[in-house]
Amino acid sequence: MSLLGLLHDYTIQNVAIGAALLGLISGVLGSFAVLRKQSLLGDTMSHAALPGVCIGFIVAGAREMGIILLGALTTGALAALVMLLLTRNSRLKTDAGLGITLSTSFALGVVLLTHIQNMNNAAQGGLDAFLFGQAAATLRGDLWIMGGITVAALALVIALWKEFKLVSFDPEFAASLGMPVMWLEVILTVMIALAVVVGLQMVGVVLMAAMIIAPAVAARQWSHRLEGMVMLAAVIGVSGGVFGAVLSALSRGLATGPLIILSVSSVVMVSLLLAPGRGFVWEGVRLWRGRRRLRYQQVLTTLYRLAVHHADPVFRSEQGMLDTYHGHRTRAALRQLQKRGLVEWRSAPPDEPGGAKHWVLTASGFEEAKRILDSLGQEER
Amino acid sequence: MLASLFDNAALMIMLVGALVGIASSLVGTFLVLRGVSMLSDAIGHSIVFGIVVVWLLTHQQSGPVQIVGAALTGLLTVFLTELLVSTRRVKKDAAIGLVFPVLFSAGVLLLNLYARDVHIDTHTVLLGEIGFVWLDTLTIGDYRVPQALLWMGAMTLINGAFVTLFYKELKIATFDEALAKALGLAPGVLFYLLLLLTSGTAVAAFDAVGAVLFVAFVIVPPSAAYLLTDRLWMMFVYGALVSIASSVSGYFLAVAWNVSIGGMMAVMTGVFLLLAFLVGPRYGMVAQVLRRRGQRRVNEIRTLAVHLYNHEDGPEQWVENVTQALREHLLWDGAKANRVVERSCAAGLIERRGETLVLTAAGREMAREILEPTRNGTGSLTTTVS
Repeated sequence: MSLLGLLHDYTIQNVAIGAALLGLISGVLGSFAVLRKQSLLGDTMSHAALPGVCIGFIVAGAREMGIILLGALTTGALAALVMLLLTRNSRLKTDAGLGITLSTSFALGVVLLTHIQNMNNAAQGGLDAFLFGQAAATLRGDLWIMGGITVAALALVIALWKEFKLVSFDPEFAASLGMPVMWLEVILTVMIALAVVVGLQMVGVVLMAAMIIAPAVAARQWSHRLEGMVMLAAVIGVSGGVFGAVLSALSRGLATGPLIILSVSSVVMVSLLLAPGRGFVWEGVRLWRGRRRLRYQQVLTTLYRLAVHHADPVFRSEQGMLDTYHGHRTRAALRQLQKRGLVEWRSAPPDEPGGAKHWVLTASGFEEAKRILDSLGQEER
Repeated sequence: MLASLFDNAALMIMLVGALVGIASSLVGTFLVLRGVSMLSDAIGHSIVFGIVVVWLLTHQQSGPVQIVGAALTGLLTVFLTELLVSTRRVKKDAAIGLVFPVLFSAGVLLLNLYARDVHIDTHTVLLGEIGFVWLDTLTIGDYRVPQALLWMGAMTLINGAFVTLFYKELKIATFDEALAKALGLAPGVLFYLLLLLTSGTAVAAFDAVGAVLFVAFVIVPPSAAYLLTDRLWMMFVYGALVSIASSVSGYFLAVAWNVSIGGMMAVMTGVFLLLAFLVGPRYGMVAQVLRRRGQRRVNEIRTLAVHLYNHEDGPEQWVENVTQALREHLLWDGAKANRVVERSCAAGLIERRGETLVLTAAGREMAREILEPTRNGTGSLTTTVS
């Protein structure tokens, strides 16, 4: 199939649009979830969407996307509420509350799923797609619903941008400004459930949490501003989602959710390694450079001290002596200094025939060593 | 006779369910107490990768090789998560949510690619098939023992031995990690051992309950126990009781409604947790409400006593110390005022003399104690000043 042919394929179109919507909403809303340390709440809510999917199916009697998603939204939000109730009114901590609601509501979903299987309803086959996601099962009608939810959520984020930003970073300050912090937090939490709902069909309940977390974490590495982070998260979510979903639709037999998650997670990997400023690679380079600089500065100041001690600015030091003094090989460091014109590798003077070559400070090396020691002295003072 | 026991499918299923619960809550108790119960979620998911890889390498579907091999994936998850957190680029919650989905996704894709026709399909991965545990047996001596029973029994024994052997160390490491470190108990090593056992249990339980339902068995029974008791060893007892009760009731409900047995067992752990949450003797909601109401009643009686004491013997006592006056002066409505007066009378703190309310000796003593707590030398104010 040619690339152009791909673009015209009906299923591929559906899949790509659906994945783009999913990436968009989960990138944007996930940014807030990650910043507010609610990543695992997304996990709980997505697992808790399963009973809602089943209830929606039972109520509708068929695979009615609207009702199913409404059910998922309801049980997802309900699970967050139960989690809050459990932890506020008992000695259980947040992690236990999350785990309890996650596992028991998923179990309830499993029970309902088997119940539906016993109803011998011909349309029930589509429900399995909600576990791991099945991109190819996306219908054009589903896209309208997913699109509607995405647009509504994005509109809300734009309308309440300032408020959401403040609540995410400094809820106390937001409260002191008279903002309804509790309601804003409720809205943000419910919106995570919205993102979950959009992704159910594509990624499935089990992996949806990662879809909320991963684009936001990747984007966070590249941007220090919320605006940039949210937009980048959306871009990463969309591209990772479309890539994974189209791959799955083409391969037949590979589950969509895992493919999307792996493609988004590889963006996270790359970001963690390479993002300017924060990437591990740059940090490693910085560390290595710093270490190298420290080493040659040490050697430089040693030469300076020797020169001062002997009251001879061009005091000649032997390589072996410097190595012994530092306890490690100093040739590399001296080469660095030589390259910078701070020391010279000078032959023995004519009156000392047969003498070995020596290291000698240049004038600028003398000044530089003095500067380093002075600045050190200032810090100590 | 024993053989007929092993042939009893219902009994085997319930036994396996109970063992999954008991083995899981032995380790789960410490996870819940340390506030890291979501690690069991991560472990439960990521062992899927380990199970598939070990299966591809050795073609062993269960047994010691599978348990140890796949359990290492669980440890790997925790290790990677902590590594990610230690770089300070990612917060702990996000790190958990990043690592296990990757391993889980890789596991599922490998299944899609290589294992389409074997017993592990993606459904089993999530839900397990506890209903069929009695089909897969191993012959030991003259008996055909279900494999799941065997491995779960082994994990229960190992977990039990671990907890018994290191009871003191685990206890200190859980409640006071700094002290454990100072005493040289290596809480870090202990914690990783605990997680290794958690992973092993997850693998052993995998065929029966799958990756996600396992989480319910690890977290929910210990949490329910935590709501019922303050004693560590009692938590194990309650955890085991909840597990057994969930397994038995879950089995019968599932059979009655013809739904997933493993799912129903997990739902039942939730039901028992809810019961503990609502009617637990000390931390339950009902107990909390009752305690609050009791406190409120005591406060009302004390308020009344002080009010009467303040106006006692004064010329205004005929106006102030009547039930009528409580409405305006204490802002109590009529019914409430009557209730408080009734209770105070019953407690022998006040008496009715016609319309007037009079403190008894005991009531007067109580009011004095409230108003002048230092008078009897019990208070600190006078003693510190002098």
